[in-house]
Amino acid sequence: MAAWLLVAGGSLHAETQAFGLEMPAADLTTETTTPAFGIIAQADPYTGDMMDPSLLGTDPESAERETVETDDDLMEEAVYEGLEETAADVDVLIQRLPEGSFNDRRRVAEELAATGDPRVPVILTALLEGRLLATADDPPHILIHAETGRGGRDALTGELVDADVIASGRRIPVHNPLRNALRNLIAVATISAPDPERRAASLRRLMRDDVSPDILAYLDERVELETDPRVTDLLLTVRALARLNVDDPEQRLESIALLRGSLLSEVRVRLEATATRDEDPEVREAARDALDSIESRIRFFRFTENLFFGLSAGSVLLLAAIGLAITFGVMGVINMAHGELIMIGAYTTWFIQTLIPGALSTSILLAIPAAFLVAGLVGVAMERGVIQFLYGRPLETLLATFGISLILQQTVRTLFSPLNRPVASPDWLSGSLYVNPILSLTWSRIYILIFAIGVFIALLLVMKKTSLGLKVRAVAQNRPMARALGVRTGWVDALTFGLGAGIAGVAGVALSQLTNVGPNMGQAYIIDSFMVVVFGGVGNLWGTLVGAMGLGMMTKFLEPHTGAVLAKILVLIFIILFIQRRPRGLFPKKGRAAEA
Amino acid sequence: MTQKHWLTSVRTPGIVLALSLFGATVQAEEPIKVGVLHSLSGTMAISETTLKDTVEMLVAEQNAKGGVLGRPLQAVVVDPASDWPLFAERTRQLLEQDQVDVIFGVWTSVARKSVLPVVEELNGILFYPVQYEGEESSRNIFYTGAAPNQQAIPAVDYLMNEYGIERWVLAGTDYVYPRTTNRILEAYLKANGVADEDIMINYTPFGHSDWQSIVADIKRFGEQGKPTAVVSTINGDANVPFYRELGNQGVSATDIPVIAFSVGEEELSGMDTRPLVGHLAAWNYFMSVDTPENAEFIEKWHAFIGDTNRVTNDPMEAHYIGFNMWVQAVEKAGTTDVDTVIDALKGVTVPNLTGGMAEMLVNHHITKPVLIGEIQEDGQFLVVWQTDDLIPGDAWSPHLPGSRDIIADWTPPISCGNFNTVTQTCSGQNY
Amino acid sequence: MLTRRLFLSDWGGMTVLVLLLAMVVLVPYANLVLPPESPWHLSTYWVALLGKFLTFALLALAIDLIWGYAGILSLGHGAFFGLGGYAMGMYLTRQIGDRGVYGNPELPDFMVFLSYESLPWYWWGFDMFWFAMLMVVLVPGLLALVFGWLAFRSRVTGVYFAIITQALVFALMLAFFRNEMGFGGNNGLTDFKDIIGFSVQARETRVALFAVSALVLIAAYIAARYIVTSRFGRVLIAVRDAESRARFSGYRVEHYKLWLFVFSAMLAGIAGALYVPQVGIINPGEFSPLRSIEAVLWVAVGGRGSLFGAIIGAFAVNGAKTWFTTAYPMVWLFALGALFVLVTVFLPRGLVGIFRRRRREGDA
Repeated sequence: MAAWLLVAGGSLHAETQAFGLEMPAADLTTETTTPAFGIIAQADPYTGDMMDPSLLGTDPESAERETVETDDDLMEEAVYEGLEETAADVDVLIQRLPEGSFNDRRRVAEELAATGDPRVPVILTALLEGRLLATADDPPHILIHAETGRGGRDALTGELVDADVIASGRRIPVHNPLRNALRNLIAVATISAPDPERRAASLRRLMRDDVSPDILAYLDERVELETDPRVTDLLLTVRALARLNVDDPEQRLESIALLRGSLLSEVRVRLEATATRDEDPEVREAARDALDSIESRIRFFRFTENLFFGLSAGSVLLLAAIGLAITFGVMGVINMAHGELIMIGAYTTWFIQTLIPGALSTSILLAIPAAFLVAGLVGVAMERGVIQFLYGRPLETLLATFGISLILQQTVRTLFSPLNRPVASPDWLSGSLYVNPILSLTWSRIYILIFAIGVFIALLLVMKKTSLGLKVRAVAQNRPMARALGVRTGWVDALTFGLGAGIAGVAGVALSQLTNVGPNMGQAYIIDSFMVVVFGGVGNLWGTLVGAMGLGMMTKFLEPHTGAVLAKILVLIFIILFIQRRPRGLFPKKGRAAEA
Repeated sequence: MTQKHWLTSVRTPGIVLALSLFGATVQAEEPIKVGVLHSLSGTMAISETTLKDTVEMLVAEQNAKGGVLGRPLQAVVVDPASDWPLFAERTRQLLEQDQVDVIFGVWTSVARKSVLPVVEELNGILFYPVQYEGEESSRNIFYTGAAPNQQAIPAVDYLMNEYGIERWVLAGTDYVYPRTTNRILEAYLKANGVADEDIMINYTPFGHSDWQSIVADIKRFGEQGKPTAVVSTINGDANVPFYRELGNQGVSATDIPVIAFSVGEEELSGMDTRPLVGHLAAWNYFMSVDTPENAEFIEKWHAFIGDTNRVTNDPMEAHYIGFNMWVQAVEKAGTTDVDTVIDALKGVTVPNLTGGMAEMLVNHHITKPVLIGEIQEDGQFLVVWQTDDLIPGDAWSPHLPGSRDIIADWTPPISCGNFNTVTQTCSGQNY
Repeated sequence: MLTRRLFLSDWGGMTVLVLLLAMVVLVPYANLVLPPESPWHLSTYWVALLGKFLTFALLALAIDLIWGYAGILSLGHGAFFGLGGYAMGMYLTRQIGDRGVYGNPELPDFMVFLSYESLPWYWWGFDMFWFAMLMVVLVPGLLALVFGWLAFRSRVTGVYFAIITQALVFALMLAFFRNEMGFGGNNGLTDFKDIIGFSVQARETRVALFAVSALVLIAAYIAARYIVTSRFGRVLIAVRDAESRARFSGYRVEHYKLWLFVFSAMLAGIAGALYVPQVGIINPGEFSPLRSIEAVLWVAVGGRGSLFGAIIGAFAVNGAKTWFTTAYPMVWLFALGALFVLVTVFLPRGLVGIFRRRRREGDA
């Protein structure tokens, strides 16, 4: 048994993949020198020889689609090549496969699996995928249709057969329950795969259906051998699930107690079944109770997850709005081109990425200062070119900056085409932080949250601790007085606007990791940004922070109940009503300056 | 009163048309005008600009072959600026002011709905190249994109048979195409024994960018122990954040495959494709299809646009087919007269780019193969499945209660876009 | 006396009114009477186009009334325009009757398709023309009343007001995009057949709609002129220039602003209602925030605070847009953007300001 299980260890996904190895060469070298759990992983079970890595494709990266089939073919071949002696019962059993009902076929398949013959997984996989054929002879020849092309081989001998022989074979029918049974039989085989990920996957596959208590002994054996703690956990869970089907109610109760701690969805499905269908009322009771306890934990984690979603949505709003908090909040310029400054930042990211392809992390990190500079310079140009003539006429700045936004959009469209630009994410920005089966937090969102807070703190420091910040605040509060005291107000205005614009550019770098980079991207953020600033209170950075997080949170907690669109509408209505109550936002600016 | 009498006589657009024809016979070299109605600015420019270029390329190519009926073709390009009322206005401009003989254009459903009354009123010909929701057949519009039965239903069949999918997420942007497609699919799935609780339907606004909660829901929905797939009619800009979120939350194509009807080569060229690899799309054409016609088309496209990195996509093929059908019909009719050409178009067959022959049917839809492609890292599709035969487009879905008994047939004796086979009546026509 | 007050000092307005009246006479003549061969013949395309400009001019007038005379900048007037348009669209949709694609005499096509059992209550009555016309002014008026009452009472002004009107129109856009709302979702309402018994596609109907639009614009202009030259109007100007001082002088500022706002919203609603049958579609795109901003720009380009400047601005910008997007589609956004920048920086009084300055210089 151990022998064929080992071969089966190569199967990644019994559902979709052929029964072949698709093992990275890296695994080959490491695992053969340091056997993970006492078995030489890649040894060919029939000969005991180490397999030639070239059979498997030396470069794991190159194991692309075109080569996968050949690998599979080679593996199928390998199974037969090493065959010294065939168990006679396989020959007999396999001839019974085409006959009888689906249930008969299932029993034959189980018997086949029990033989432990190394050919069986290959045969079962072919059966599962509808590639197992039977000729009309008596007794029938069983053939395996290759995954691609018209050729194939004999299921017992592994000899290649002609396409017309294959064409003469009839497909041995399978239906869904039989497919599931087959997948389980193959999954059992995969429990001993060298790669812990695959072991885990096969265990989860097993959990999907009722686990038969027949494999309990085998599970016990595996629990002893297992080294990876996560897989051990899964093994114990599968064992407990299998025990849910034993006759002794005491054992069933015991396993329910063990399953109480699991958050896996499969466990919930099975417990639900036990809670409704078990014949022992005590067991039903216990299962129901366990389910309730799991549910309450899930509710907690869902809440945590929603909290994270809200914070993350808030961090995006914060990033989008924080530049505007300077240009609009501090300087009073209704900057309708704010969204386009974000877009410029995102395009800068794309541009740097195309300049240094292959170095994703470096390019992202480089893009932050670059986007700040580019967007900042555009901002300074805007201020010197147009806005400086419009101070004190906020509504006119709206019109002029709207004009600028159209020009910027069309410039980008002309320069880079109206198509979106692809911006890739480095690996550390992909995937998620796994907390438990219910809760995992995506890395990109975590980083953007941290980044947003970082930008916020940096801006706060600039405004409070530097002489530029002091001058900015002075000019905002009382322009003539600041000028009288020797502040070059024109210069300060240009730098302030540049600062706000630069931060918008930095926001663009972050947003390029979440969404499209295209000429229209700015328009998606402009209204939200204004809402955040107005809601938080113009001229108050803390207000922007609280406003962004509050609105993000509100949207995400409404969304599950109302859907995405209605949530957004409700938030907008809330802002409209809120402004009526507190016309100056959450944290109004105090004093005479507020009358502007 | 005399004035009134005069008015009724000019009401028919025929006079305008007759005049233009008169002008044509006087001067044999006068070009045949081909209207191009695709947005070059605004939100839809991203998709439609390419189609404008395609028509211009086809026109140039035809002129190189000596034009049509010995007359050169002239493309009249206008920009409806992604503004739906403006589509109607520009159509009127093309038909009334510029007096074009045919229009190639329009992308979105709402733009088509806006244009439809105008082309019917002024008796024009419009070739519409985009896959759409069906439930329409106008005498003056030829639909060269896929109807739902040429894209959605084969795609679902494929997932059911090959993947054994039992649980379905129908996710779409909230507008008429996804709504209709999902209604048809819902009816179809239920007829195939899928239970109510195994179907999850979700709609999001245009450009939706925060997919965290929805992807988490999809993930949960897929964890109930049955194989699950997402059928996505999510449109345009919302796709990038959607696939990114799927990837980041660890939903892979082997766990929950997503089959998309609105993600093609052009969309992929603007995306980081890594989170999409292995997911599926259903179209009637892929750039990767290996036929001599396609190779030639791609080569011409690259030469015309001057950039070998540009991709081709399904709506471009639809314009290719539509344009050739129109040329053939005009040559067959020997005139550009609209009524004659409309009649001549029925039954016209031209080669498509996937190795088959597309035929214009009496319901003004065409026959198409259906291909399922897996997204590759290079932004191309690997064709993993395709229908054996060409599938004729249904103007009216048999899966919807409202249109079950309706057929479109523009040949006598029916000559109607929505003919009710039960009551034997033709409704909703302006004629 | 009244005529003197309304027209005498208003040379620009008089010119615009005369031009409009001339259009009412000449456009139908050129379209219907002159034969198509005539060089002076005006095609239906132009009638529809000019008719659309007229409704835009009415919208611009509505915006100038509040922005130019009470200092209320609404970046959400598209909300009222759109609601008026939807009221008209609902009437026109009901007139389709059983000529829809599904042939259902009760329900519009999109409702048949979305499996509605019966007409939703908010569609009741829209088969009657008078009711629909009442709604054209009532619905925008009511929304303006509630919104304005809340805003002006709590003294939300200037920038804040502008931004919450953006929120309003944005929320409406999202809401109307939802198919569940029962207004046809993204596709909106289209494929209209009849208006009070006449085919909307008939040439005479188009000309009639054009003439009605022009006459309504003239009437609205006179009404607006009446308001701004009355005592009410002078208080408004006081509010615009020094709101606090007006308040301290004992005027209930919010009442003045509120009524003017409601009137302006109703004008916008009427503009929307006239717009819809002429362009043949109403959809949530009309609620797009950018459209509302664009409408404000017409006023700015024409010249804020002169009423007729708004009309000139609407015609000038939209005329340019039509010409540019046909002739040079790629340049259009550059031109529009540059126009806004140049006008705000160099022509704060808009196109009208050029003539005004010259006149004032002449006076001095």
